[in-house]
Amino acid sequence: MSTSESIEEVELDLLLDGVARRYGYDFRDYARGSLRRRVRNVMVDEGLPTFSALQERLLRDPDCFGRFITGLSVNVTGMFRDPTVYLAFRRLVIPMLRTYPFIRVWHAGCATGEEVYSLAILLREEALYDRCLLYATDISEAVLTRARRGVFPKAAMTRYERLYRESGGTEDFSRYFVADEENAIMSESLREKIVFSQHSLVSDRSFNEFNVIFCRNVLIYFNQNLRSRVHEILYESLVNFGVLVLGLKEVVAYTPHADRYEALDPEARIYRRVR
Amino acid sequence: MSPVEIVVVGASLGGLRALESLLGALPSDFGPPIVVAQHRQADGTAGLDALVAAFSPLPVQEVADRQPLRPGHVYLAPADYHVIVERRALALSTEGPVAYARPSIDVLFDSAAFVYAERVVGVVLTGASSDGAKGAAEIVRLGGQVIVEDPQTARSPEAPRATLARIRPAAVGPIEELAAWLVRRVGCGREVSWPVEL
Repeated sequence: MSTSESIEEVELDLLLDGVARRYGYDFRDYARGSLRRRVRNVMVDEGLPTFSALQERLLRDPDCFGRFITGLSVNVTGMFRDPTVYLAFRRLVIPMLRTYPFIRVWHAGCATGEEVYSLAILLREEALYDRCLLYATDISEAVLTRARRGVFPKAAMTRYERLYRESGGTEDFSRYFVADEENAIMSESLREKIVFSQHSLVSDRSFNEFNVIFCRNVLIYFNQNLRSRVHEILYESLVNFGVLVLGLKEVVAYTPHADRYEALDPEARIYRRVR
Repeated sequence: MSPVEIVVVGASLGGLRALESLLGALPSDFGPPIVVAQHRQADGTAGLDALVAAFSPLPVQEVADRQPLRPGHVYLAPADYHVIVERRALALSTEGPVAYARPSIDVLFDSAAFVYAERVVGVVLTGASSDGAKGAAEIVRLGGQVIVEDPQTARSPEAPRATLARIRPAAVGPIEELAAWLVRRVGCGREVSWPVEL
């Protein structure tokens, strides 16, 4: 006998097939647990009772699909999340970067951009920013629009300032943004070298060679199959001795490329391509 | 009655003592994996796994991404991540806090219910918010069982109370009784856990 949960699973499969065929966005290799949660959140927001009903609306209404993409891709991020990582980056990676005349950085899955601005601040303080180009990509155009604006809730800034300090920042943090009653707007000069653009790790290929790639807490949403494919893209996109930064709970071990990296800081998940 | 394939436990900040009583009362041959979401500071309490390991007869580890589930192991949600149960594995998520919590007990319970349905037991321990109540309801809806710490004896009664307002639990009691219930339900110790015909 089928249970209500297995019906939902069938419906989810059908919905994802439909979305892939209709819009060319393929979520079928996303990790199921969190994907189902997020699809269900979209379903509830749309005021619909079932995945099947959501599927029908998705197939017929491109606006609904836009909201779907946003609902699936918004990961709450923050400035200087995991300050120990930035501290290790300052200590271990910055000296290497100083030897390059030109530095290309890729933030894969940048969401609303907080981590890109954090890195821009760090690079500025290390006097490397002018040599850098930061590519920040995400699958969702809607979150990129927010990232480009660089407007964050002012209420978060106190916490960000503390994390900034813990990450090795020594300047007056408030010089990096202009605040009004509700919002902090990141300084225009931080945005100069950031290029925000739409890119899907699922369907697009490598688009350049980078000295540094940040891909933090992105792969945790993918299944093993997709993860291996994305690792291939990341590997191809790194110059030799290029640096890969993953999320604190992610490792390169057990990926097909594990033996092509050495850990610069295994705790901070900072790796270097060595072959 | 279906065999138990996973036990999911929710406790709030300060629930360490409750966890100690629960895990400390389990035998070292307890069968199913136990996954714990305990509310904790986003950037604090590193080393909770070591604290818990000190009183658990079962091996304890913090969840790493794509952690395979092994019988008789205790898995703790890391600070600032949700833990999501997948088929025979655990995944992590940095989605926003749910009801102000990350890790969220509701997220853990809900995902366990979806994958393991009637083979889940949920345990709601002391908690200062209603986190866990919704997830507990989902476990029960899909045929699993939930046991709840007695609000009278819990350090913070809100979570047990909110849960009891939504579901009929398989057991309510002080932690020692919940542990005894789990041992009986899982049927560990002596011959019971072994299949008779091989």
